[in-house]
Amino acid sequence: MDKKRPMNLDLGTIKLPITSYVSILHRVSGVANFFAVAIFLWILDTSLASEQGFAEINTLFDNFFAQMIIWACLSALAYHMVMGTRHLVMDAGYGETFESGRLTATIAAVVAAVLIGLIGGWIFIW
Amino acid sequence: MVTSITSLGRSGLSDWLLQRVSACIMTLYVLFIVGYLMLNPGLQFADWQALHGSLPMRMFSLMTVLSLAAHSWIGMWCVFTDYVTVRLIGPKATAVRIFFQLMMIAVTLLYTIWAIDILWGI
Repeated sequence: MDKKRPMNLDLGTIKLPITSYVSILHRVSGVANFFAVAIFLWILDTSLASEQGFAEINTLFDNFFAQMIIWACLSALAYHMVMGTRHLVMDAGYGETFESGRLTATIAAVVAAVLIGLIGGWIFIW
Repeated sequence: MVTSITSLGRSGLSDWLLQRVSACIMTLYVLFIVGYLMLNPGLQFADWQALHGSLPMRMFSLMTVLSLAAHSWIGMWCVFTDYVTVRLIGPKATAVRIFFQLMMIAVTLLYTIWAIDILWGI
């Protein structure tokens, strides 16, 4: 293969549409979720192991640093779920054109942002 | 380039369907857990243990963990075969990709075993 053939798709120099950013973040959040599973399993394990473990997790949730980590994990999960739902909508045959794709990407991004805000409120305030 | 050998279902259509079925199961589980936690703000250990110790919940949790294993295998395969390529990182790409995929599979298996251990140790 000719290694000097021209490369037309240098993503760094192209202005991407919102659909691209939403899709790239869907992948990034998916990879983040893969690692977050370890944290979720550890919380489940500890909270179910004993009364003392359950209390430990409760105390942990009062720690600001731990709250930030939980918020990050739940945000990645919420974002991934919203974007996945958008995919299911497209699988059903809705929102498959350029214009509607952009619209659903914008709607999904707004929904995800609101959810991430609500999760933050749940963790830090409530 | 031969990449299908490391995909979960060895077929794009099978992976596509599995990705969606597993996504629905996991979404239901997350919504259930979040709903449960919101409806029980002062949750006690005994109730939490009783919930996860019940057989229907164990089955729901196990289905979610198995879905997670399939979903992450398929998802990470997509990411690895798209970015860990000869074009992007050079001639060692295939070896590097296989290494990453084996690590991913190992972690996925560990997650699954850990979850079964948690659920049946209650």
